Amino acid sequence: MGFEWKVALRFLREGGMQTLMIVTGTTIGIAVIVFITGFLGDLQRDLIKRTLGVQAHIVIRPVEEVARPLRDTPAATSLPQVQSRAQRLRSVDQWQAMLPVLAATPGIRAVSPIAAGPGIITRGDANKTVTIMGIVPVAYIDVTRFDEKIVAGDLRLDPGDVIIGTDLAKDLGVGIGDKVRLSTPTAPAEAYQVRGIYDLGIRNFNRAYAYVGLAPAQAMHALPGGASSLEISVDDLFGAEKLAARLRFTVPHEVESWMSSNPQLLAGLNNQTVMTTLIRFFLGLVVAIGVSSVLVVAVVQKTKEIGILRAMGASRARIMRVFLLQGAMIGASGAVLGSAAGYGLTFVMSNFIRSSDGARLFSARIDTELYLYTLLAAVVLGLVAAVMPAQRAAHLDPAQAIRI
Amino acid sequence: MNAPVIELAGIRKTYNEGTAVAAEVLHGINITVRAGEFACLIGPSGSGKSTLLNLIGLLERPTAGSYLLKGRAIEEADDDERTRARLETLGFVFQFHHLLPAFSALENVMLPGLMRDGSFTREQRANAKQMLAAVGLADAMDKPPRELSGGMQQRVAIARALALAPDLVLADEPTGNLDTHTADDVFALMRRFNETKGTAFLLVTHDPRLAARCDRVIELRDGTVVGDAANARAG
Repeated sequence: MGFEWKVALRFLREGGMQTLMIVTGTTIGIAVIVFITGFLGDLQRDLIKRTLGVQAHIVIRPVEEVARPLRDTPAATSLPQVQSRAQRLRSVDQWQAMLPVLAATPGIRAVSPIAAGPGIITRGDANKTVTIMGIVPVAYIDVTRFDEKIVAGDLRLDPGDVIIGTDLAKDLGVGIGDKVRLSTPTAPAEAYQVRGIYDLGIRNFNRAYAYVGLAPAQAMHALPGGASSLEISVDDLFGAEKLAARLRFTVPHEVESWMSSNPQLLAGLNNQTVMTTLIRFFLGLVVAIGVSSVLVVAVVQKTKEIGILRAMGASRARIMRVFLLQGAMIGASGAVLGSAAGYGLTFVMSNFIRSSDGARLFSARIDTELYLYTLLAAVVLGLVAAVMPAQRAAHLDPAQAIRI
Repeated sequence: MNAPVIELAGIRKTYNEGTAVAAEVLHGINITVRAGEFACLIGPSGSGKSTLLNLIGLLERPTAGSYLLKGRAIEEADDDERTRARLETLGFVFQFHHLLPAFSALENVMLPGLMRDGSFTREQRANAKQMLAAVGLADAMDKPPRELSGGMQQRVAIARALALAPDLVLADEPTGNLDTHTADDVFALMRRFNETKGTAFLLVTHDPRLAARCDRVIELRDGTVVGDAANARAG
């Protein structure tokens, strides 16, 4: 291949302005692809994080109870109406035994038990309905990064401690260290001290939850030793439904992923992905056509040289490879420069595109995996774009080519 | 007598075969060129010289007839085999120099070796330097072709054609666009390689002065060999 490399490199260098322009074009195209890809990933992760709030990626709950009419033979008599059962608050059976098994499942990052149920939070005459969440803080932060949401006080839940949202705190007029009373349908009101205040970025979420320790919640919800659900975070956000489907085979409970419980969010994200995929595809196509047309011109310009090389003893395959290599080299240099430019673009844009609370929606970071894939894709793109010109070059009639 | 390098028997060439404008330009050519010969091919324009040279150079295929290159039938061989035969057995010198502008003089001479070995080697470099020194261009080795005069470029082309010590060098009007003095130099150079290395030459020329200095003159007219005679060895 030494001959092919040498000749391809020299031909590109000889191309001068022509080479410079196609490499620039390829670079710009790839930079935008890299930028959009990185940007979309960050944007979607951010959107999901904000929309889901403290919802876990996968939730395991007890299977819903169904009414089972007792009959002697199936279909002997048809029952026109079966009333659905009211769903009681129940514990996930054998949850403690499941924890280590789930934690060791590939793809699962963290598992946390929750004892959640309806309740009322009271201060003076003000009553608010809330979901009282019993959590184990160390496990819970691995699932939801709840520690990042704490804006006042700290994330410690000793017996008698409660953590509430900013809006609820305002509604009740309480701050850190103030007392509130929590009651549930199954337990009388008890006094709790506000230990921390969280902010999930969405008002309704900031009014919805009151966090207490797992044990007090179990007592309040009449779930001694129980957990109403197991919350799971996964490594691959968009693989959550697949993982959930796998878990359904091994776990005798209801398994729900964020994707099945938030279809509208998923549809929105999918549309976004389809749009950006389209944009990336057409950018790639434009780049490929550019490379192809420049090489077609180069073959015409170098007809005589190709003829000489053929006469001197360069085979068709070699001439073919000379031009394929040129395509690959244009793709590769476009990928390297484009990745750098894409990073620069992300860096600049991250200063301008911000979310409602002023935080950066995405951060410029070196995404080695993305760059490697880009390089691979660009080389393949360059090769494919070069196939037609390379075939033309290889099939020139040397006797005619020399006469030109 | 030396072994034949090329043996042509009954070579015919028809262009646009099978169409209304079919034209036979070579009507049964019989030529044998032996190792170490210094022959020239003369004839008026349109007599088929270039076509014949292209056929011998394996750049075109004859319509009929047999062609033995170093005793091996080559007219039916596939493109790869013919390409390899060009690289190993034949050298080309064209009228318009035809150096690769993207490579220096030295690299142009090294290209055949690069094709054969797949990479630039020290031996190739040494050999190419020796060749360039032999054609009197030791000082211009690293210059690109565009910085060389026509005569210098043609000398580089000769050095390139001879780089892999071919059996036969085919030269299509090698002095065609050079002034008389330079043409004499270039001709003398080929003559010298013929004598020192034993390389056979077959050159097409319009110049009767040069033809008179070849060992053998083959005359082509309207696609037929009309004369093939040895010259008295010019001193």
